Amino acid sequence: MSWDWQVFFQDTGSGQTYFNWMMSAWGWTLLVSACSLVVALSVGSLMGILRTTPVKAFVWIGNAWTELFRNIPLLVQIFLWYHVIPSLFKPLQAVPDFIAVVIALGFFTSARIAEQVKAGIQALPRGQRYAGLAMGLTLPQTYRYVLLPMAFRIIVPPLTSESMNIIKNSSVAFAVSITELTFFAMQAQEETSRGVEIYLAVTLLYFVSAFAVNRVAHFIEQRVQVPGMIGSGK
Amino acid sequence: MNLTFAFVDWNVVSSFIVKGFLFSIQLTLVAMVGGIALGTLIALMRLSSKKWLVMPAAFYVNTLRSIPLVMVILWFFLLIPLLIGRPLGAEVSAMITFTVFEAAYYSEIMRAGIQSVPKGQVSAGYAVGMTYAQCMRYIVLPQAFRNMLPVLLTQTIILFQDTSLVYAVGAYDLLKGFEVAGKNFNRPVEMYLLAAATYFVICFSLSMLVRQLQKKIAIIR
Repeated sequence: MSWDWQVFFQDTGSGQTYFNWMMSAWGWTLLVSACSLVVALSVGSLMGILRTTPVKAFVWIGNAWTELFRNIPLLVQIFLWYHVIPSLFKPLQAVPDFIAVVIALGFFTSARIAEQVKAGIQALPRGQRYAGLAMGLTLPQTYRYVLLPMAFRIIVPPLTSESMNIIKNSSVAFAVSITELTFFAMQAQEETSRGVEIYLAVTLLYFVSAFAVNRVAHFIEQRVQVPGMIGSGK
Repeated sequence: MNLTFAFVDWNVVSSFIVKGFLFSIQLTLVAMVGGIALGTLIALMRLSSKKWLVMPAAFYVNTLRSIPLVMVILWFFLLIPLLIGRPLGAEVSAMITFTVFEAAYYSEIMRAGIQSVPKGQVSAGYAVGMTYAQCMRYIVLPQAFRNMLPVLLTQTIILFQDTSLVYAVGAYDLLKGFEVAGKNFNRPVEMYLLAAATYFVICFSLSMLVRQLQKKIAIIR
């Protein structure tokens, strides 16, 4: 077979080239990933913290949340938010598809992040919590000033790989016709029959995105490193 | 909207869902066995002292781990017919894809498992005259498998969830079974709910079993 990279300069039939379409699809991939990451980090941190509190009811809620969103495939969760929830609660039918996907991907990832946050907090010596409480800090203050600043620094590496996973997992949004990279790849392959060229370009963009996240995370890791710990470099 | 599950009887289950369920299980088992075998081989390559073995293995693992699974499924579905000259069908294509893809993940687990065996044991093996293959076969790999068994099984549960992504090439798996039934009875909402419940029950109980196993192994060790 022969290469035909001209395909990217063909018109899609709506006044733009396939290259333009791919760039806007890349934008959607990044936008879905970024918004989902915000949802996942906030909900995941909350659930992870709840799981380490001394209040049994909170622990139960955090555990239930994690198990629920970890044991259903992402694709099924996307269908739940896209098809099921709006038909059960009519007012939600006005919610755009984009939001449904962000919530699905965000909650799915929040279960994994909750697990990391819990592990990070539990990795700290028990004495730190007691010391905080003994100093007269309230429980929220102990978390805010003693436990969380250390816990989050410890879990930067696993959070990095979750952020990279979010970019990969955003590809599942093709199933509900969000025009992100994978959806573009499938459509453009069908329309032009130049699958290899298009898949190569899309795969490369996924690589670039994941690598960029990796570099940003590396930068953050160095900025927040704790002197004196293994891996702090100095 | 009112939910009704009244139409779901054994007839519906057996004509739509069982077929998909069996394929999902088959795909999971094929990819697990094939993936662990291939993954172990790749892990051994990565840990060898010869550079020409390490580099392709590292390339294999790093490449597959940075591409979304859906793209890998699409790639194989596109490339296999180009390479062998005839279409292979979504089901067989999915089995090859998942075996190759999961091998990258299993190989990282096996690599950690092999590295968890103390070095002295390998030296001891060589000292009593064992070859490399014998060392691996009788000393290192049995312990690596055993130490990593819970992690391998957890990865298999993730694999089972990921099989739903064959949706991209239209293979008839568990999720597809629910979807087709939902279309036939015009009750997609109920069917998606049932699909979620089915996946949840299966994955949750399996992960509970793995947790039990983990406790058991931890005590013996």
